[in-house]
Parts: sequence; structure tokens; C-alpha cells
Amino acid sequence: MKRFWNEYQKEIADDHFFYERSCIRQTFFPGSEAAFLRILRDELGKDICDNPHQHTCTGIGYHSDVVPFETTMTVVARLFSLMTECGYENYVPSCVTSFGVFSEVIEKWEHNPQLLEQARQFLWEATKREFKIPKNLAHPSDIIYHFRFDLKPKMKYQLVNRFTGKPLRVVEHIGCHYAKIFPERGIGKAEFPYVLAGMIEAWGGEVIDYPERRHCCGFGFRQYLVQENRGYSIANTKKKFQSMEPYEPDFILTNCPGCSMFLDKWQYTIAEMEHKTFDKEGYGIPVLTYEELTGLLLGYDPWQLGLQLHQVQSEPLLNKIGIAYNPDEKYKGVSGRLLPRPERPECLRQD
Amino acid sequence: MKSISIIGAGPAGIEAASVLARQGFAVTLFEKSSSVMKNVADKAFLFPDFTAAADIVEDMNKKLLNSNITQRLDTDIVNLAREDNNVWKLTDAKGNSYYSDLVLVATGYTPFDAHRKEELGYGIYGGVVTSLEMEKMIRYDQIVNSMGERPRRVAFLQCVGSRDEKSGNHYCSKVCCVTAVKQAIELKRRLPDVEAYIFYMDLRMWGQHFEELYRQSQQEYGVRYIRGRISEASGTFDGRVQIKAEDTLMGLPLKMTTDLLVLMVGMEASEGTRCLGKACGIAGEYGFFQSVDPHLNDCRTSLDGLYVCGTCKRPMSINDAVNDARAAAVVLALSVRD
Repeated sequence: MKRFWNEYQKEIADDHFFYERSCIRQTFFPGSEAAFLRILRDELGKDICDNPHQHTCTGIGYHSDVVPFETTMTVVARLFSLMTECGYENYVPSCVTSFGVFSEVIEKWEHNPQLLEQARQFLWEATKREFKIPKNLAHPSDIIYHFRFDLKPKMKYQLVNRFTGKPLRVVEHIGCHYAKIFPERGIGKAEFPYVLAGMIEAWGGEVIDYPERRHCCGFGFRQYLVQENRGYSIANTKKKFQSMEPYEPDFILTNCPGCSMFLDKWQYTIAEMEHKTFDKEGYGIPVLTYEELTGLLLGYDPWQLGLQLHQVQSEPLLNKIGIAYNPDEKYKGVSGRLLPRPERPECLRQD
Repeated sequence: MKSISIIGAGPAGIEAASVLARQGFAVTLFEKSSSVMKNVADKAFLFPDFTAAADIVEDMNKKLLNSNITQRLDTDIVNLAREDNNVWKLTDAKGNSYYSDLVLVATGYTPFDAHRKEELGYGIYGGVVTSLEMEKMIRYDQIVNSMGERPRRVAFLQCVGSRDEKSGNHYCSKVCCVTAVKQAIELKRRLPDVEAYIFYMDLRMWGQHFEELYRQSQQEYGVRYIRGRISEASGTFDGRVQIKAEDTLMGLPLKMTTDLLVLMVGMEASEGTRCLGKACGIAGEYGFFQSVDPHLNDCRTSLDGLYVCGTCKRPMSINDAVNDARAAAVVLALSVRD
């Protein structure tokens, strides 16, 4: 497969980031955001601000037509004011939808300065705050991509199957709001986004190019928010899995909260409904966030990264890479006490 | 006798040189390649009557057999400037200069680079080819898919790089519609069992016999037409191409797997056209040359002694380019006699 799309690059700041956490990621993948901060601070020695006063970007409500644009714009302005007050200029939203919302708001302000003035006015009237537009807006996956070769020498593991010596075969899935709204804001643009593929290739893996690579993961807000529409959601996910199945992926890598969750959780549902898994052994295909993957390769403990809280369990993948883990500590909480063990599903294998 | 230089030895340049030479003018014909008629040479047959392209090339070559024509092949004219004595100075890429009283530009077009529509997978998946490559397959009777096997299904996609916001080309390339119809017929003649689909926005059958050819393709050859553009192409596990489109007549999304996807690439101003247009300051939209008046004075430019003909002005078919060249030659000759 030719790779000329990696010519599409964008500017990513080198240091001094203002991090904005996601509403949902800490519930879905509780170790990912902490891992990102650790990677930036401890591995790369970067300055990143994790401000406790942050809040939603309104993304889910906005894309569901519940929150009007003026409200979203003002909420975004408040987040930017936090960044400005902390003395930062490089904004890093954890969630892909937030990244899309910020990109859209900034784009609208650029094209319609009246809206920018309106946002400044609304924010001032509501909070007496002021803000600057970020100098650089990058998604955390952009930043990991940016530093992928700096991280590589620090890694304990590579994306290689230790039993066969061959590169692991990886499906990468990019959130729609990363590059489909504003292609030039994504590395590789919309058609062949390279942000995750670049990490996989740099760290020894092989990217699978399968027919439904660009297809929606099933997270589409209108599909899952209305319960009656969830059939559309799972149908999308199933379509992707059917398409990737012949390529026998070792795992899936994503950069969006919804994609990670739906590609992971719907595997259980499909298995329950149709007694079908899309791997040969019946475990399901593990789904990792880019922070979890980076952390794993750096040698972070899989349970601290929160892999035990995924639907599809990752031990077969850890074994393939040769990552050490202690099964007895899988459900040990931060306090050291054992957490209640989740019920084992009958339809998905677990060791 | 005034000296005349013609830049570009495609159908338009050769035809103009031939007409002027037959009228007694000394003409120097510049061509950047080592042979003439480059854009026609690899074509198989021409629409709408399936004339062999090789015959056209042969006939055009015969027109060059005139002692008034001096050919300068491998000479890439990169600059064009009018000197104080009203003589045009032509400079080639090697820095050589040539002088001429009158210049006729016939630098033509270049096919759209399909890599720029990356969602269509050209250069990524072996089963995605351009209309130029399909033309060669037909010409050399080697119609095979990426696995080297005879295709069972072939899809043609119109308007690749034409009428397209993403590539920045809003204009129609004019010849792609009928070329796809012609190629689909050629395909069915050679491989009667193959399924041929043409994806289109609307079919512009503007020329004589084009509409009949379109009808013939459906009635005699069973070519199927789907109104809708293909949004993406992907490689499949078995080396074929999966395409997604919307059938806008049915109002339904469509997914299909084909052995070959043929991208009907449009015309863009050639590098020579862009370069000289810029050098003279008369580049029009999309890098094509701009004539004084497209209605009544389409061969002159706003600069004295500089004329234009053929596809350096806009997309056109071979016969239109040849006719345009004749018109330009007449206008140029008249201007000398006036």
C-alpha cells in the first residue's frame, strides 16, 4: 500500500500545552488521560496544564441539536479563558468531538468576526472573563504522533508478535470529528488519516487497509442517543467487523472515545445476539486507545492503564507482545483492595 | 516574409503548421517531447466512429512532410517575451533563444493527476486505473485486473478532476462522457460477458453521433448507467475494488465490488500552457490561455502577434482542436497580409 497521504501534515506545538479532559473518556477508559499526562511529563519532559476548573465542551449536546451554537461558542470561550488565565496558548482537547467543536468554532470566528465579538460579549456578561484564541490546537493523538520517534527508544516493547517475529496487524480507526469536518486539521487529512497509522508503523506494527476503513464505528450520536435507533449503531459496527475479519487483526487502535467504546462493547452484543466473534479463538478483538498502547509499549502496568475495564480482554494481545502482567492484580483497586470481579460473559472467551 | 513559430506539436499545432506551410509561410514547430502527438499516440480508437488513433497519428505525421516546416523536437519553450523591435523571443529550458515575428501557442493539456482524488484509491489499489490506462489496455488488448486476470465487472467513474470542488476544477472537460461510453463499448466487444457500469452526474452527449453511441451502448451492449458519483474506493481482501456511491435516481446508497475502476480523468492546462500563460501575463482561469473574445476572436490574445489554439484554451476534442487550429492559422495568415 502506498503512503503518499502522509505528506499531509499540520503544525503541532512542541511544548507548553493546556489539556482539556473529556466528559466521557474517564468513565470509558479510566487510565488513558492519566497515561497521556504521565507520558508527556515523565517520558517527554513537557509542560502540560491539567486545570481542575474545566468542563464540558457541549459536543454531544451540540451534535444532537440540544445545545444551540451560541451556547456552545460561549462554553468554548470559557474554556479558552481558562487556558488564557493559566498563560498557555496551545490547546489540547482529549476528546475528538471536542477537537471538532473547537475547530468549528475557531473556523466560524475566523470567517465571521461578528460571532467572535458576540462570544466575547456573552462570556464577559456571564463570567467577566476574557480569552485568547489558541495559537495551536492539536488533539493528543497528534502530540503522541508528533513525538512517536522520541518515544520509541524509551519503549520496552514493539508491535511484534514474539511467537512469530512478524509485525502485529492493526486496524486503526479515526474519530469522524478528527478530520472529516476539517480535513486540513488532521494528519493525513480525511481519506487516509495517518495519525494512528504513523504510530503503528513507527512502533513496528502493520496497518490493515480494509474496505470499510473509513466507515462509521457506530457511535454516530443520532444512532445511539435514541434507543430505537441503536440498531443502526450496531449494524455499522458489524459492517466494519465483517470487513476487517479476513485480515485477522491483532487489535484495533482508536483516537475517539465513542469509537473505542462502541467497537469494544458491541463485540459483546454481537456475540450475545449472533454467537459470532470476529477473531478465530472467540476472545474478540481488543480495542485500545492510543494512550493505552503507548503506555503498554513503554512498560506501564496494563491494569493501571485500565485494560481490565474493557469489554474484550487484552491478555492474548499482551502475551503476543510479551508484556508482563500480574493476573492477581487485575482487579485490585488503587487502595490495594480487590474490586468486585465482573461477571464473565458466556459468549466471549476470557482466560 | 514574416517568421512564424508554433509551440506544441499536438493535433492543433501540427494542423496549424500544415495550413500555414501550404500557404507558403516558413514555420518552426517546437515540441518539448522527442515525438509529436504524445497525447494521442497511446489512444486506441476515437469517438464516435472508432477511427483508429494510429491512423490519425499517421495522417498528422504526413502533414509535417512539408519543406516549409522546421521541426524542433526536445525543445521545451519556457519563456516568451516581446522584444522592443516587436519580435517575439522564445527561450527554451536549456537557455537557447529563438526569434519570431508571430507566435501561435498550441501547448495543449495534461490529464488530471488522479492521485489528487485520494479517496478513489488511484496509485494505492491495483484495480483502480485511469481512462488513459484503460485506453492502452484496449489498444494492446490486455484488459486485465490487478491480478492479471480477465475482469468480470468494470466500473467507470465520470468527472474525475472535472466539475469538482475538491480538485478546484469547476469546469467540464467535455470529452470524458463520450470517452467512457466508447470505452465501455470497446470493453464489451472484447469481453462480452463483462458487466460494465458507468457512474455519472449527467451525460453530456454534445457532439454529432454521441447520443446515438450512448443509446447503442445500452441497447446493443448492455452497458448500465448509474446516476451518482463514487464517494470512495477501497481494496478488498481478494485484490478487487469496493466502491461506495449513491444511486441518485433510486435515492439509495450503493456498494459494489468491481475488478476494475476506471477513473475518467479530465483535462488540465499543461505545464507548458501554465508556464507560458504566466510568462506573458495572459493566463486565464485554471491556467488555460485567455483569448480576446471567445465568441468572435477566439484565436487572438491581447498581445500583438501572439495567437492561441486548441486545448491550451480549454478542454476540447481532437476534431475541435484541429478545426480551431485551422481557424487560428487563417486568422494569423490574414493578419500578416493585412
